[in-house]
Amino acid sequence: MMPAVFIRFVIPRVLTAVAVILGVVCLVFVLLHLVPGDPVEVMLGESAQPADKESLRRALGLHRPLYVQFGRYLTDLVHFDLGTSLYSKRPISQVLLERLPATVELGIVSLLFAVLSAVPLGILAALKKHTAWDVGAMGVALVGVSIPNFWMGPMLIVVGALWLGWFPVSGRAGVSSLVLPALTLGTAMAAVLSRMIRSALLEVLTEDFIRTARSKGLSDWAVTVRHGLRNALLPVVTLMGLQLGALMSGAVITETVFSWPGIGSLVIEAIHRRDYPVVQATVLVISVAYVMINLLTDLVYAWIDPRIRLGARE
Amino acid sequence: MRHVRVPLGIVLLWMLVALLVPVLPLSPHAIDLPNVLASGSLDEWLGYDDLGRPILDRLVVGARTSLFVAVAVVGMSLVVGSLVGTIGAYIGGWTDFLLVRLIDVFLAFPGILLAIALAGVLGPGIENVVMALSAVGWVGYARLARAQVLSIKERDHVHAAVAIGTSTPTIVVRHLLPLISAPLIVEASFGTASVIIGEAGLSFLGVGVQPPNASWGSMIRDGTRYMLVAPHVVIAPGLTLMGVVLALNVLGDRLRDWLDVKRHTRMTGA
Repeated sequence: MMPAVFIRFVIPRVLTAVAVILGVVCLVFVLLHLVPGDPVEVMLGESAQPADKESLRRALGLHRPLYVQFGRYLTDLVHFDLGTSLYSKRPISQVLLERLPATVELGIVSLLFAVLSAVPLGILAALKKHTAWDVGAMGVALVGVSIPNFWMGPMLIVVGALWLGWFPVSGRAGVSSLVLPALTLGTAMAAVLSRMIRSALLEVLTEDFIRTARSKGLSDWAVTVRHGLRNALLPVVTLMGLQLGALMSGAVITETVFSWPGIGSLVIEAIHRRDYPVVQATVLVISVAYVMINLLTDLVYAWIDPRIRLGARE
Repeated sequence: MRHVRVPLGIVLLWMLVALLVPVLPLSPHAIDLPNVLASGSLDEWLGYDDLGRPILDRLVVGARTSLFVAVAVVGMSLVVGSLVGTIGAYIGGWTDFLLVRLIDVFLAFPGILLAIALAGVLGPGIENVVMALSAVGWVGYARLARAQVLSIKERDHVHAAVAIGTSTPTIVVRHLLPLISAPLIVEASFGTASVIIGEAGLSFLGVGVQPPNASWGSMIRDGTRYMLVAPHVVIAPGLTLMGVVLALNVLGDRLRDWLDVKRHTRMTGA
């Protein structure tokens, strides 16, 4: 027998995700047709030979009616064929696979940094509510949210790479080259997370079971962390999935600042080279990954929250 | 209203300066070769950039760029978003179903990625920046407005309006929108901050406002090349941008407490 939670929770989420991905595919397909004027001319430049233009037009299938183009686009996608890069003349999927590890590495380290700094900051602010600690921690968080990463990156380069000489200015070579980009990318998320943790924790701490825990004579620490934090983290997990989106678009800028060879800087390089098929493919891959991550967070949330897993709610 | 005087002052100064650009004696494009990358002095407080242009003048013009983009994008997103959300929630049925799917699709593009791609494909220029950021921006308001309308559409005064034969557009404008305006206003104040970062981010990436026009983002971009010899060319626009964004975020926080809107955290920035 299929557990009820599958019918009520898992299957609808998966179907929604599939529908969203289809919509994303449509929107990304339209992208190339939004290029003002003739996309082929924009990509090759006005001085291109008519024969070259014609062959690119045929290669991209742009001479066909729109619905045929869309059909081809879908068929290719199903076969994991993302097209060919105009710049490097190589399959885009190959280019993406080469670039992916760098982005994943940067993403994971930034996420770790964000969580490891946000949890203590959030707890501190909640425990010492309305004291100088709270104001200080939340002030740091507010600055962290407001500091644009395309400014923070260069500032970190000046201090960490040029003045102190501890880290390389840019590029990807070893652990030390990860520090500045990860700080840049992780700060905004750390800031948002710590604010979320603080407010979630403050909300949970008004619950009845917290009063019970206190009346049992448990220490502040045990009440806050064992009883409070575990419950407060539930909503934080869902929101973290959404925050990963900000992390992903932040990666585009951060990777550009640090010449980090990931798929984020690939988007910008491709835009500047007018290599629009690569722009399309990269945007598609990032967005689909984002949808999948959010689906996973939803499912994980359902799994760790017994109220959903055992079907008392929703 | 604690601690709002400073942020409010910063935001008002930003707007005032931006609006006064046409009458101020500025020369943002004047090139002064002997002063290339010169740092601040008594004559020119913030020094000169890599082409010998006065940084302060360019910051002021950049303020106008960011205000224009912010007003245009937040205005368009707010109108389109709240209409879409309200209509979906109020009419319900298939209309709502399709609009929600549409919102979901736009939300599937993380952060300003879609705006970056759109601006990249549409080509540089301030109008395209506005279009690209609005295409991303309306969704948040739509989702918020929909949730709010769903929570109030069964109230008695709405039923009463329906019963006396009020037309749907009138109900939306007179009986629904006023009640959901508080959270939308709070969202707009955070939204303004993220649009400012968005514009600067696009310009930083080279897909936004084009030279010789000044944008804080492109000033940072140009400055990074000379950061080592002349850090002031990066510090000045960065601090300005951060100051305005910080002020807007603080105001948004206060506004939220003040209007007593249920806490929901959002992220500004790229």
